Amino acid sequence: MTATKRLGKQTIKLQYPPSIVSTASIVGKKEGEGPLSKYFDQILEDALWGEKTWEKAESKILRETIIKAVTKASLSLGDIQYVFAGDLLNQCIGSSFGIRELEIPFFGLYGACSTMAESLSLAAMTIDGGFADYVVAATSSHFCSAERQYRFPLEYGGQRPLTSQWTVTGSGAVVLSSKENGPYITHITTGKIVDLGIKDVNNMGAAMAPAAVDTIYTHFEDTGFIPDDYDLIITGDLAQIGKNITEELLQEKGCNISRQYNDCGLKIFDNKKQDTHAGGSGCGCSAVVLAGYLYNELTKGNLNKILFIATGALLSPISSQQGESIPGIAHAVTIQNTLE
Amino acid sequence: MQQNFTNQEYAKYVQKKSPNSPIIRNIIIAFIVGGLICVVGQVVSNFFKARGLSTEQVAGATAIIMIFLGAFFTGLDLYDSLAKYAGAGTIVPITGFANAIVSPAMEFKSEGYVLGVGAKMFVIAGPVLVYGIIASIAAGITFFIIGIK
Repeated sequence: MTATKRLGKQTIKLQYPPSIVSTASIVGKKEGEGPLSKYFDQILEDALWGEKTWEKAESKILRETIIKAVTKASLSLGDIQYVFAGDLLNQCIGSSFGIRELEIPFFGLYGACSTMAESLSLAAMTIDGGFADYVVAATSSHFCSAERQYRFPLEYGGQRPLTSQWTVTGSGAVVLSSKENGPYITHITTGKIVDLGIKDVNNMGAAMAPAAVDTIYTHFEDTGFIPDDYDLIITGDLAQIGKNITEELLQEKGCNISRQYNDCGLKIFDNKKQDTHAGGSGCGCSAVVLAGYLYNELTKGNLNKILFIATGALLSPISSQQGESIPGIAHAVTIQNTLE
Repeated sequence: MQQNFTNQEYAKYVQKKSPNSPIIRNIIIAFIVGGLICVVGQVVSNFFKARGLSTEQVAGATAIIMIFLGAFFTGLDLYDSLAKYAGAGTIVPITGFANAIVSPAMEFKSEGYVLGVGAKMFVIAGPVLVYGIIASIAAGITFFIIGIK
């Protein structure tokens, strides 16, 4: 049997495009004070949410988000055949402890902040392949659990450079189904690792931008689409600097996306008012923007076809301490209301 | 992608695109806040001197009070808020050292008192202690050899 759904180098066109039947998002207080607050299902006042540790809180956020998404789809947890989820914590404990009690077959993923597009891709492929009718894709991140793992203790007095980003506290979950009538996931461009040697862990946007450029450019090459086919092209968490770089580099390659291009890391916070420097980041950033804002706009019809590109910086504190540069990755998923 | 840009070219390009930290502003605020912390230290020092403590005792007592204040305000979640603006002004004085020890102690309490608080307490300040002690031993040996008292 040969692969019949492939387009070009890195893209697949789903033969039986799955529909997003529901989404849910739960975010922290700071995200709830941002410009997208009205799109989230729940805003937490307390970053610990009654738990004893940040990690436990993150797991709870993921678990409750998945339950919420499944409930909104009028399904029960028993109907879900797979869950694809990941987070930023070592050994992906945010997801595995979150999903522990749910009794759903689970694939744990790590793609750093690109995980939402990765989980969405694999969930869609699983349905398209005829392996499941209902699949959940989800990710989470938590500012406090990420800070202590990647940077400094919360109470440590240090200054953040202007290029640094703010890890989003929150989780987004998407329920995909082989039934229903859209919004559909139609194309998936899986990114390859691109590393242009950036070592500054406080400038992740710049480290990830080349990967985003590569994936977006390859997507258009593979599919034959042009930027104007999309109402919105949105990257995951490149934030201010990464977004500018991506736009410029694509322009140089003859691909002008500035009309419909935005970034989840810029949508979620008001950088000036909220002191988030370059913008938001983390697995949860693109997840809550997709599950909250983007899904809402799609179902309302304000957006009809979007390219969602979650971007990840595949570093660890150990790799940076050993002097390694930051490998970037970006996965793109086409979501559209109607099938051509 | 890679063909268009060498790593060096990209690094240069990124540097051009990235905003620099407001160094002059940071230095001025660091100077003022750091200076104010030292003024507090001086007040404490004068207080002990007035109470008739010897020079050595004054130094010890002042350090104790300043370290306590640094730890106390770290616990109140205030030190890092000040440090966000003050930068080196809050890191350099002895209060910053207290902050560097107390903040991981608080953060890693969730991993228990032995492997969390005990082991991680010096995760930031540890290198300062290690190299500080090595430097003082080296200085001691040097002075011993050349015989300065």
